[in-house]
Amino acid sequence: MARDMSDKDILKMELEQLQKEVKNTREPVSKTTKEIYEWVEAQAAEDPLIKGVPEDKNPFKEKGGCIITCDFLWQN
Amino acid sequence: MCDQTFLAITFGPCDNCSQNKPLMNIYLKNEPINYCSLCVELMACQGLAKGETIHTLKVESESLKAKLEEERGKLHDVELHQVAEKIEALGQFVMKTRRTLKGHGNKVLCMDWCRDKRRIVSSSQDGKVIVWDAYTTNKEHAVTMPCTWVMACAYAPSGCAVACGGLDNKCSVYPLSLDKNENLAAKKKSVAMHTNYLSSCSFTNSDMQILTSSGDGTCALWDVESGQLLQSFHGHSADVLSLDLAPSETGNTFVSGGCDKKANVWDMRSGQNVQSFETHESDINCVKYYPCGDAFATGSDDATCRLYDLRADREVAIYSKDSIIFGASSVDFSLSGRLLFAGHNDYTINVWDVLKGTRVAILFGHENRVSTVRVSPDGTAFCSGSWDNTLRIWA
Repeated sequence: MARDMSDKDILKMELEQLQKEVKNTREPVSKTTKEIYEWVEAQAAEDPLIKGVPEDKNPFKEKGGCIITCDFLWQN
Repeated sequence: MCDQTFLAITFGPCDNCSQNKPLMNIYLKNEPINYCSLCVELMACQGLAKGETIHTLKVESESLKAKLEEERGKLHDVELHQVAEKIEALGQFVMKTRRTLKGHGNKVLCMDWCRDKRRIVSSSQDGKVIVWDAYTTNKEHAVTMPCTWVMACAYAPSGCAVACGGLDNKCSVYPLSLDKNENLAAKKKSVAMHTNYLSSCSFTNSDMQILTSSGDGTCALWDVESGQLLQSFHGHSADVLSLDLAPSETGNTFVSGGCDKKANVWDMRSGQNVQSFETHESDINCVKYYPCGDAFATGSDDATCRLYDLRADREVAIYSKDSIIFGASSVDFSLSGRLLFAGHNDYTINVWDVLKGTRVAILFGHENRVSTVRVSPDGTAFCSGSWDNTLRIWA
């Protein structure tokens, strides 16, 4: 566990990880962010928090009207 | 070298060379060992002999980090908000508290939605875990955990069980019964065991496996039925505070963030750390995958939220303002990923336009730190939990 490792072991672990990561393949930001933006655009039309939901369809919006509570007293 | 006289407390066989000599009682990695003074000296020189001091390791580490940044920098040809310039700005944002769930006796630390978009499980500092019906605000179930600070809770995909844990270092699963009178604590199943507090837990796509993260610096994958450890994930050098699974279509990875300021992406099958990002200036409190699976966001004590692109292997956006000085404890995306909700320690929730990088709204209402923020599964509302003992549903 991380808490029991000495500083040297932690550094060694980080070093091995960095050596692996330097070899990762990467794509240019212009390409990947464009794809993200296109995905979001396609989905945004259906996003209830963006397009809004009509008051009567959304279960969380307040329902109007009053609640009537009655107390019946039965007497014999 | 000056003469040293020391009081030999023990005299006996050395653990290393087995000769009968005065022993020095020293501690190595919290274990007491008895070496004679000669062996102690030899041991101290071992590290040096291989030429591998902490200093040389640090130097090599720094140079690799610089190389990594250089490689990443080569592909940084444009900023996200530049790509997003052509998109229409979002309209005026109106979000209000629609429901307030009161019932916890102390700080709410974590919450999760059920896939039925209606039920919520929440856990608090006083050890209580409550299942609510968010439409009616009724409490459906309540369990008292044997520990305080229940920092993690999760709803099972089937809706038939909840998992929770905290200072007890365990993650326990409680099957929810339809019988209101049944004592849920009786059916409790202990699944995960860590050597420090449980910070976060999440079911994988089924009720059968749970992923946990802990203050002991590791994450782990467990089989619920047998309690067996299926895979463990080592790589963080400090407490892991949060984890999130990739959306199911994109495969078997998850991201974790912790007090070492790192966000790591892991392969669940091999246990390998495939990518790691260290641009935050303080503890990462929360990590969340982007709905499309190609990016993730983090919220940190440095008062910023950041977006990391997995394929470009770098941070592509920072959501911050000079006026925001309190840490972000929790983040979540709206259904399409256009909005980012961040709960902060200054009692507010900031809403960001993810693509343009601008803040769209600030939501006030909580009377203490916002500890958790989650959007409902169908995206119609989001729920926030706070240290003011309440949960609020916003829509």
